[in-house]
Amino acid sequence: MDFSALLSQLLNGLAEASSLFLVAAGLSLIFGVTRIVNFAHGSFYMLGLYIAYSIVEHLMGSMGAAGFWLGLALAAISVGLIGAVVEIVLLRRIYKAPELFQLLATFALVLVINDAVLGYWGAEELLGRRAPGLSGSIDILGRQFPSYNFFLIAIGPVILGLVWLLLVRTRWGVLVRAATQDREMLGALGVNQAWLFTSVFALGAMLAGLGGAVQLPREPASLSLDLRTIGEAFVIVVVGGMGSLPGAYVAALLIAEIKALCIGLGSTTLFGIPVSFSKLTLVIEFLVMAVVLVLRPWGLMGKPQATSRNSAPVEAPLRPGSTHFKWLMGALLLALAVLPLLSTWLPYASVLTQDVLVTVLFAVSLHFIMGPGGMHSFGHAAYFGLGAYGAAILFKVLTMPMPLAFAFAPLVAGLGALVFGWFCVRLSGVYLAMLTLAFSQIVWSVVFQWEDVTGGSNGITGIWPSAWLDGTRYYYLTLVLVVSSLFLVRRILFAPFGYSLRAARDSALRADAIGIDVKRVQWLAFIIAGLFAGLAGTLYIFSKGSISPDAMAVGKSVDGLVMVLLGGIQNLLGPVVGASVFSVLQDSIMRATDYWRAVFGGVILLLVLVFPQGIAGFFQQLAEAWRHWRARAAVKAAALPRTLEKQA
Amino acid sequence: MNMRARFTKSSLLAGAIALVISGAAWSADTIKIGDINSYKSQPVFTDGYKKGMELAVEQINAAGGVAGKKLELVTRDDNANPGDAIRQAEDLINREHVDVLAGAFYAHIGTALSDYARQKKRFVLITEALSDNIVWSAGNRYTYRLDASTYMLTSSLVDEAVKLHKKRWALVYPNYEFGTAAASAFKTLLKARQPDVEFVTEQAPPFGKVDAGSVVQALVDSKPDALFNALFGADLAKFIREGTTRSFFGEQLPVLSIITGQPEYLEPLKDEIPPNWTVTGYPWYSIDTPAHKAFVDAYHAKYGTENLRFGSIIGYSAIQSIAAGIKASGGKTDSESMVDAFSGLKVNTPDGPLEYRKIDHQATWGLYVGKLAVKDGSGVMLDYTFKPGNTLLPSDDEVRKLRPAE
Repeated sequence: MDFSALLSQLLNGLAEASSLFLVAAGLSLIFGVTRIVNFAHGSFYMLGLYIAYSIVEHLMGSMGAAGFWLGLALAAISVGLIGAVVEIVLLRRIYKAPELFQLLATFALVLVINDAVLGYWGAEELLGRRAPGLSGSIDILGRQFPSYNFFLIAIGPVILGLVWLLLVRTRWGVLVRAATQDREMLGALGVNQAWLFTSVFALGAMLAGLGGAVQLPREPASLSLDLRTIGEAFVIVVVGGMGSLPGAYVAALLIAEIKALCIGLGSTTLFGIPVSFSKLTLVIEFLVMAVVLVLRPWGLMGKPQATSRNSAPVEAPLRPGSTHFKWLMGALLLALAVLPLLSTWLPYASVLTQDVLVTVLFAVSLHFIMGPGGMHSFGHAAYFGLGAYGAAILFKVLTMPMPLAFAFAPLVAGLGALVFGWFCVRLSGVYLAMLTLAFSQIVWSVVFQWEDVTGGSNGITGIWPSAWLDGTRYYYLTLVLVVSSLFLVRRILFAPFGYSLRAARDSALRADAIGIDVKRVQWLAFIIAGLFAGLAGTLYIFSKGSISPDAMAVGKSVDGLVMVLLGGIQNLLGPVVGASVFSVLQDSIMRATDYWRAVFGGVILLLVLVFPQGIAGFFQQLAEAWRHWRARAAVKAAALPRTLEKQA
Repeated sequence: MNMRARFTKSSLLAGAIALVISGAAWSADTIKIGDINSYKSQPVFTDGYKKGMELAVEQINAAGGVAGKKLELVTRDDNANPGDAIRQAEDLINREHVDVLAGAFYAHIGTALSDYARQKKRFVLITEALSDNIVWSAGNRYTYRLDASTYMLTSSLVDEAVKLHKKRWALVYPNYEFGTAAASAFKTLLKARQPDVEFVTEQAPPFGKVDAGSVVQALVDSKPDALFNALFGADLAKFIREGTTRSFFGEQLPVLSIITGQPEYLEPLKDEIPPNWTVTGYPWYSIDTPAHKAFVDAYHAKYGTENLRFGSIIGYSAIQSIAAGIKASGGKTDSESMVDAFSGLKVNTPDGPLEYRKIDHQATWGLYVGKLAVKDGSGVMLDYTFKPGNTLLPSDDEVRKLRPAE
């Protein structure tokens, strides 16, 4: 690559960085103030692009060139308004839920918005107009460079400056900064938080919408933009440091430039080995994120996260199950055990239950580190995938007998967790979560591209259980293994190790003071969770016969998160209930309607509003209220005779 | 053997008998076809696909059905992942009691379904998934495939590539099996016909995430004489716009591009079509064979005068194939009979006759190869030729090497 080629690629990177920065800036602002991990931020970006398309098509007919620029602005404002409505109607109602719960609501929004866009704009990609006056290109050192890119290069820093002014020079900005540091104190001082949150959310959404709108002349509006964008935006926010706008800009620039250079280098030979830098772009942002987080735990320009004074009630200590609970579980187990015998009448029940059981185990393993462990993982699918791929490779490539491959496969996942966990437990909060995501994406991309061993994007097929384990027998194997795992996980949580783990979560400092090696306990928990996720992956692959990289992609990790949150993160039954409800709902809604995403999202939104503690959490509260009431009644009843005695 | 086990066995047996009896009752008047596809994830293709299938079912039933029975279609969304696809397959078999399984858009789902078919000894017709593995390295007795494979798509353009006499070629393709397989087939085939060819650069951006500006720049810098492209969808739109702005495309750069001419991918480009692109595709608007005209008329009569998709003709031909297979097996829809019936089965599609090859179970689906042009503000294929599928496949000896013997 000569100098002018390098310069040209750097300019490309600059142009790419702007749009990314706009989205990331909004996400960062929203997180800083409201502590919401806004999963729907990519959807706002997508909406921005779609709305801009429609408005510009409409206005350019009547107004010409001015219509284009007005259209971009109007699109951003519309998305801002949509953001405000979302905040007022939905999020405002669940600020008091446990941490991360709002993620569930925004996940449901992603589904609803995606289907709404499909319904309104249709499935086909929509390529917008070129920018009037900036449709051509300019000659730079003999290379053609699109003139619109100069507009993009400028808009990033301009918006950065404007938002910075807003934050530093206005009263609103002071309040926002105060809320970022301590929102409870701000409330105590008499500031109306509700409107502050609404305005921040709307501004964040507007920036995302603008980020989408300015892409109009460069890329078609399509339905896959939401998930693509949210991934990139998260990475940038975290690399830059949560809550830091200049950090977000630097990170966007860094990642866009590295990508541009990788593309510019293309395929070359390093030390005699052919290396395709072009293919490296699949994972480069996650590599950058992993390196940054390992070296700088709070991102490039971030500060240690202020301990969030979570407005949710503190989690109650765990109590062993009551006799009723044990009977209930016994009955449930019995029902699951007889299910295959009923296949004449319920032919599908055991097929679905097989999948639900595996999903339950996956969710439980995730809950183990998220709930009692207090370490949020956004990349848990990696261990599920390592288990599945471990089994596939041991069985197919190393031609191990099936039972042996089955037994060793979870250990592969455990090994992965051992390595990645060592790095992850050194971080906390969202940074830890994002590092797990980075590792999971790195593993995913290796699996995706290592065609000779993992079969690349198509995966590995022909992984079926031995004949003596086929069909119903495999169902029973799954049932026995999943139930014993659940029992074991529960046992671990009530063992001294479980108490240390929860102590470390509730107060790392005090746990340390009484002699608990916090990092080691957390590391061990990470490995245990990895092992069980690996077992789930192993069970999965032998029931499906094949595995492909999407079984360990981000979507799978997010599904796991959603299940845990849906069930209730503060309840040991939560993941079991959440995973079952999620799988069965999705399966039945998918069959019932074409617009299943919207219906599914709508149902989750309803559940979110009705059960802000999760489904299992809600019933636990009910049960406690009932016990409380009965206890009071009993005291009254006991007191009554005594009063009578006195009177007599 | 204790009482409980015996009870279990006898109840299972009773259940099995009931199932057989009821199954027989169902199959008396209808034949159920279960289709598993990525309806939600690939709405543009599958919308036309479903319409094509429904049209064929309607026509066949109106003509009295197949072997005296009516066809019935059941569709399931696979949620774009193989695990769910397998579950839907089990649902279709166990609960819906379908007679014939079909479907799969994505290659990894097609691969998984075909492996499921092998394991469970169930006939399956993979309708769209393009991976060569489905009929070659992972091919098996129970799997047949309708659409032209990645190899066929690529090989349909090699004649054009040789005719260009260009020395320096660049390649751009999405970074997953479809793209890498197409690129490697293209390089092998062209090198064999034109030994002095030089591949100056390869760009493999992640699918759906192309940084078009940088990719075009890198391609420009490698100074190619010609370009082979396998990008499609949103990636392609982005790539073309950026390439046009940067004056990369033009008469000076001939481009060979697979599947770009399919309406699914061509329509969104509107009038952005660059000059000198030769593509494979589906010019439904101007194919003037009587069979195809009749198909388009029937389609428009049923759905109104909307544009056809490539999915439309694939869905339509899939049902035609299944009907032909059932007819050839004498109305028997069990898997072994279907597998035998499909071996060497000849089917008349709107594109003309095709054959499900005995040697690798691939249908000889033909391809239209032509130039892109803009007409009335939208992209069309012009001066195209139809290349029958049997001319696009390697020799039998090579196929035997690629496909494991059974």
